[in-house]
Amino acid sequence: MSKHVKKLSVACLIAVTFTLSGCGESEPLTEGGEPQLRRLTEQQYRNTIRDVFGSNIIIAGRFDPLERIDGLLAVGASSATITPAALERYEALGRSIALQVVDGHNRKVIVPCEPVSNSASDTACAEQFVSTVGRFLFRRPLTDAEQSLYVKIAGSAGDTLGSFYDGLAYGLTGMLVSPKFLYVNETIEPDPEARGLHRLDGYSKATRLSFLLWNTTPDNALLSAAQNGELGTEKGLETQFNRMMASSRIEHGLESFFEDMLEFERFDLIEKDPVIYPAFVLDVADDAKEQTLRTLTHLLLEEELDYRDIFTSRKTFISGPLGPIYRARVENPTGWAPYEFPEGSPWAGVHTHLSFQALFSHPGKSSPTLRGQAVREHLLCQKIPEPPGDVDFSNFNDDANPINRTARQRLSVHNQEASCAGCHKLMDPIGLAMEQFDGAGQFRTKENDTPIDTSGELDGITYTNAVGLGQALHDNPSAPACVTNRLYAYAAGRSPVNSERQWMGFLEEKFAGTGYKIPELLKEIVLSEAFYRVLPPSLDTTSADASETQPLAAKEEKS
Amino acid sequence: MKSSRRSFLRGTFGGAAVGVGLPFLDCFLNDSGTALASGAPIPVRFGSWFWGLGHTPGRGIAMDGKPEITFLEETQPLVPYKNDLTYFNAFNTPLDGRPSAVHFSGWVAAKTGNVPRSFGDTPLPTLDVIIADEIGSDTRFRSLDLSGTGSARDSYTFRNSTSRNAADVSPIAFYQRVFGSGFVDPNQADFKPAPSVMVRSSVLSAVHEESKDFIKTLGASDRARMDEYFTSIRQLEHQLDLQMEKPEVSEACRIPTPPPEEEALGIELDVAQNNHKLLTEILVMALACNQTRVFNMLYSQALSLLRMRGESFTHHTLTHEEPIDSELGYQRRVAELHVYSMEALATFIQAFKNIREGDGTLLDNTLIFANSDTGNSRVHSVDNIPIMLIGSAGGRLKTGLHIAGNGDPVSRIGLTTLQAMGIPVGSWGTGSLETSRVISEVLV
Repeated sequence: MSKHVKKLSVACLIAVTFTLSGCGESEPLTEGGEPQLRRLTEQQYRNTIRDVFGSNIIIAGRFDPLERIDGLLAVGASSATITPAALERYEALGRSIALQVVDGHNRKVIVPCEPVSNSASDTACAEQFVSTVGRFLFRRPLTDAEQSLYVKIAGSAGDTLGSFYDGLAYGLTGMLVSPKFLYVNETIEPDPEARGLHRLDGYSKATRLSFLLWNTTPDNALLSAAQNGELGTEKGLETQFNRMMASSRIEHGLESFFEDMLEFERFDLIEKDPVIYPAFVLDVADDAKEQTLRTLTHLLLEEELDYRDIFTSRKTFISGPLGPIYRARVENPTGWAPYEFPEGSPWAGVHTHLSFQALFSHPGKSSPTLRGQAVREHLLCQKIPEPPGDVDFSNFNDDANPINRTARQRLSVHNQEASCAGCHKLMDPIGLAMEQFDGAGQFRTKENDTPIDTSGELDGITYTNAVGLGQALHDNPSAPACVTNRLYAYAAGRSPVNSERQWMGFLEEKFAGTGYKIPELLKEIVLSEAFYRVLPPSLDTTSADASETQPLAAKEEKS
Repeated sequence: MKSSRRSFLRGTFGGAAVGVGLPFLDCFLNDSGTALASGAPIPVRFGSWFWGLGHTPGRGIAMDGKPEITFLEETQPLVPYKNDLTYFNAFNTPLDGRPSAVHFSGWVAAKTGNVPRSFGDTPLPTLDVIIADEIGSDTRFRSLDLSGTGSARDSYTFRNSTSRNAADVSPIAFYQRVFGSGFVDPNQADFKPAPSVMVRSSVLSAVHEESKDFIKTLGASDRARMDEYFTSIRQLEHQLDLQMEKPEVSEACRIPTPPPEEEALGIELDVAQNNHKLLTEILVMALACNQTRVFNMLYSQALSLLRMRGESFTHHTLTHEEPIDSELGYQRRVAELHVYSMEALATFIQAFKNIREGDGTLLDNTLIFANSDTGNSRVHSVDNIPIMLIGSAGGRLKTGLHIAGNGDPVSRIGLTTLQAMGIPVGSWGTGSLETSRVISEVLV
């Protein structure tokens, strides 16, 4: 019996639907959502290939973008399809990878046996290779039928092409285009400790753990733990959790989460005008992203700070290319070094980083609206309505107008239009606090020779600049609630469903009780039963229970 | 070769063969008798061309009710092609009470006949997908989808909300995809398929068969997604099967010059225009070489991010933030960018006209649905969205006309397009966009 979850009687189950009182601090019992079929993200694909075959393998190919749903690509992955053009790319990529795996150098390391002859099939050797590799690619042992098929492909192709290794490459290509590799398919089993309810089976648990904590396919220890039933116990889960948290891979895992939450895939396409922002070169863009991710993992994993401190901390890392942007002296111009912004500087909190400022701006100018929207949607999980369909912009003037020299002045004219003002007042006071950072994130005090006013207000808390905004974010209860929601959705591949409302509240309370420490939040999720609880998949899209499995956000919007 | 492949399949993976039919679809033959040198009819192709933000009202074409097109300031680049296109105006998009998702509802309605409920809501397929389902399965690529903007996300072609076709954006990568190792020159004298192609096709067949059990454990929505996967795998098998047969000779086919190895991608105007041009040159030859019959080209996004170097405003932000010039009476810089869009369209059309095919040109055997997202970007209007049908679809479509819709639903243009491409559909669209009235003036 879990120490986190005391099994609840039916009466208590009914009670927790309404209140936690009377049931102690036990984890609320949930039914969970449906199991997910998630298309591997680009990073998950790349990490898997690297971890299974080694970093020598070059993954040269393009991946189709995922849709962002409920704020996360990880949720979009659960709706992603594979179009004909996408499959064509997967096949070409899989073939390229497979041919590298069996080339003269790599096969000595990767293929666990040598064939009797290089120019003919060898079933025994192919079986060894297929079963070893297939277990990591499919995230479970292959079935007999699967094993037989891929060995057969390798043998027939090898005989046709007159090469054992070429045949093996086509067997591997087959696995790499299989939906069983390209999609993470969650499988379920009846929960032996909760009659009538279902949970993920051991291998699906292992997969969730691995993608959550390391963003890659499960390793041997995790698959073995799944195989021998250890993941069915809290002790076994905790052993694996502790092992994975002790690995340096957890840093990459947490970075992957924040890359998704902060919409950092936009860095792939970021453009700044070289005439307007000559300092924003490729090295600066790359390092801006890495600076924020390094800072987050350092503060949250190494120092185990309160999550809310990411909005106020002056601690960060600096590299040579970033030095001029932050007006900082760089001790190590060819690498990274810890750095602390001086007290009283305009930089404190990740929202003041170059990454955030540059990403949520236009190519040639800053954007208080985009920045404010990003804070609302990504850091506070508050959806801003779409702009109205009919707007009169006739009052709007340009930068050259002597009356409207700053963004604040221009937006005040814009917001004379009532249909615009309603939403802009949610975004602009936040973004205007960051106006001392131009469109490429460089500090300034004036725009068009006019002093920039950075005062504002967030949900009743006033401030005078971006640092003050950080304190307002730190104190805003939506910030920790948001990261709790996003982390759980990222882990499960879906937003919390309505029947998990109680559970999410419980999780937020637990997070608060630990001092808002992310490793503790991860532990709470991983060791919970709710995380693995699933409903049997609905075979009918018009199921009467469909409303219970809708994302919470969707429900709230409609109401 | 097919029979040998089937033998291979039966002998190896237990008979997982898939039937292959490769004739041209004769229901789409034109009536003019143009044909390939071999005697086979020239296929009719379909594609779309998209640009964002439309025209400045009153500066696109004259809304004078005359049957011929009067090109105004912003469409001057199209004057040389006035006999190659038909221009539609005054067609509207009734929203049926749904909110107008700005820079989204307009083009989605024009391309799907359905007004979305919100951003991202695209439950019905775009015209190109409907047409590709009919004519796209007998070529190496079901469709080729391109964008000059550098982002694969900039692609307005989809089957539904979760199945979107990503764009090819890199000219080099696009060239390699079409004319790289998988390309079989239809005009080469001797033909010998590579054994590896047969193996690749057989691998896919085997995976396809073996994966069918996968679907049994899935819920309804995931099953639909797996159906799409299986469609994709069948299509890829088919592409490979085609590479094992000697292709139909195509006199117009020439392997184009590879694009420069150094390339820049992005939304700076010069960069985007150059990539649009390079992608176009590869595309037209892909069509001439029968690699595909369906294509989509996006010149600029609905919310166009194109901008000139040194300019702090994008095309889109200019439409809202540039003041109307008191002397000119319009937004000067916006108008300038609108003209660039039409110059790009002219470049696109000319590329089709440059290729001789039978008695005419590639353009004569193509139908291009060119549209924007808004009738007046400054106020986000979804009425009077500029739409053109370019090319005569193998003689099925009249060109050189100006069609005034008088407020009719924009879906009439989509329905007419489908019928011109031989799709057996009597009505199209939903809600107030549902229509069974084709625009008979343009059909031959």
